[in-house]
Amino acid sequence: MRTLTFIARRAFHAIFVLLGLSIVIFIIARIMPGDPARVAVGARAPEWVVEQLREQMHLNDPLPIQYYYWLTDALHGDFGISLVTRRNVADDIREFFPASLELAFTSLLITAVLGIGLGTLSARHKDKFIDNVVRVISYMGVVTPSFVFAILFLLLFGYVLDLFPTIGRLSEGVPRPPTVTGFMTIDSLLAGNFTALFDALHHLILPAMALAMGTMAQEARITRASMSENLTKDYIAAIRAFGVPERTVMGRFLLKPSLIATISIMGLDFAGGLANAFLVELIFVWPGLSRYGMNAILRKDLNAISAVILVLGVVFIVVNIIVDLVVARLDPRIGLRAARSD
Amino acid sequence: MAQQTAEWTGFNITEQELRRMRWQTRRENLGRSWYKFSRNPLSVVGGATVLIIILAAIFAPYITPYPDHATRPFTDFANASQPPSLEHWFGTDEIGRDIFSRTVFGFRFSLTMGVVVLSMVVPVGVILGLIAGYFQGSRIDTIIMRITDIFLAVPPLILALAIASVLEPNLFNSMVAVSLMWWPWYTRLVYGQATALRNEFFVSSAEVTGASTAHILFREILPNTLSPIFTKISLDMGWVIIIGASLSFVGLGVQPPKPGLGTMVASGAKYLPDQWWISLFPALAIVVLVLGFNLLGDGLRDLFAAEEI
Repeated sequence: MRTLTFIARRAFHAIFVLLGLSIVIFIIARIMPGDPARVAVGARAPEWVVEQLREQMHLNDPLPIQYYYWLTDALHGDFGISLVTRRNVADDIREFFPASLELAFTSLLITAVLGIGLGTLSARHKDKFIDNVVRVISYMGVVTPSFVFAILFLLLFGYVLDLFPTIGRLSEGVPRPPTVTGFMTIDSLLAGNFTALFDALHHLILPAMALAMGTMAQEARITRASMSENLTKDYIAAIRAFGVPERTVMGRFLLKPSLIATISIMGLDFAGGLANAFLVELIFVWPGLSRYGMNAILRKDLNAISAVILVLGVVFIVVNIIVDLVVARLDPRIGLRAARSD
Repeated sequence: MAQQTAEWTGFNITEQELRRMRWQTRRENLGRSWYKFSRNPLSVVGGATVLIIILAAIFAPYITPYPDHATRPFTDFANASQPPSLEHWFGTDEIGRDIFSRTVFGFRFSLTMGVVVLSMVVPVGVILGLIAGYFQGSRIDTIIMRITDIFLAVPPLILALAIASVLEPNLFNSMVAVSLMWWPWYTRLVYGQATALRNEFFVSSAEVTGASTAHILFREILPNTLSPIFTKISLDMGWVIIIGASLSFVGLGVQPPKPGLGTMVASGAKYLPDQWWISLFPALAIVVLVLGFNLLGDGLRDLFAAEEI
């Protein structure tokens, strides 16, 4: 019951934030100099065509009414026609977004495993050699932009060591699995096509690593900080005094409460990762949302730009709600309450 | 006023003496801070890096071997795509320009970005945070903080990309875009401080004596929020520089042939992996600059944190 009210409250807040975001996007799209109708039909179209389109696009109405039309269309998944591809923006997003999402999820996985792992290692061997190594790694991770990591990895692992492919999602000659989810790995698994699965994973690793480095560094720092803080607490001393093996102390009693901070940051990082994917995808020629978004930005394709931002905003907000739920689960106080009612 | 101070404290000191004593304390504090700061070699390295880069950027025309390659259109196809050598430390790019000279000039854009963005963002964010925090629970608080929420709901890079994309792509507009994204972080920081401080005795005493709202906001509350603000500024320099370089990298910041660091990385990316030096060195320059600011910022944070106790 408590969880339900929590979700309801968060959802209400999320709707409010999304409305605000849509207003901001709408304003950005409308303050741009130039006439959207004129841009849509091109410079050589006669004036009456432009006027007709202007009427059709509701551009002659006052701004709040324009916003109303724009929002109702967007809610129906209709973001208009893209100037770049001349197709429905919604269709474009459906095509390109899964590739970006797959990249972001893989990098989230790497972030979670390596970040928490390195942070735990660091906290366990505090102020020893390993701790210092992890600290240097995480410091470098924080100060290096993801596109620099992308270039470094591309050169080092892609060319000098020649361990990984550097372009696209699949090698040439590997049969493409039929598109179901748009996630290359899941699609090949569904099709039972293991050649494609391994090839897709092989292609994923470098860009996902480049994307994960910055966030991983942050997770490691935060995990280390909260673990070493919790280590000094009385309950750990009490559990140790009971003779509980060190492994259990670390894994069960220390890690769980320490992860709360890490996971809350992870939600923010995931969305930040989607933004940075824009840069990493460019270097690895990844056919995701970023190439589409970049083209849209260069051509000032407003329908596509607003749709891309709105979609990313929705993902960000949904992920944050999920993170809040996970954190609520992990919180020992909530766990205690559940145990008492049993 | 001078007499009053003396009577209140019960000592027979004049305003002048009091001021001198205050200065002395301040000087001693400064000395102690510097001592503490200099004890951490990493902070000193960070500070030195930042100082050297700032000086290099200012005196770039005099210290770089080929200033022409960065400041005016220049092509020298005979020397194009040379790997690093004694002649060209970082090599030359696809049209024969010296990458070392261009990188040093590139620092100018990154530093300008950081300084201009933060000096636009901090006053706005701080003032809004002070107002919302002091009038907590009022309508103005709700309005300011809800708007802040919306801006914080989306990663800064994405909205900055969106705003930069509808403007003409250049350095100034990318600074505008990043500034529009950045103020909410300061608003939220100061808001948290101000809501805590508004109930302190020194604030209510000021209210009782009839001090103006401006006086309470800027003379009573603001001075007590300065150290977290300064810490955030020093750590934010690195972030702003990264975002600025990222915008340049996707073509929404400094435009070629101007030598923005991100711009150079992007134009060199086409020639990977054979001519790796074209984008690698400017990329490493960004890392060194941001590393310098973060080490410095960490040192300052330790200072401020210690002083608060």
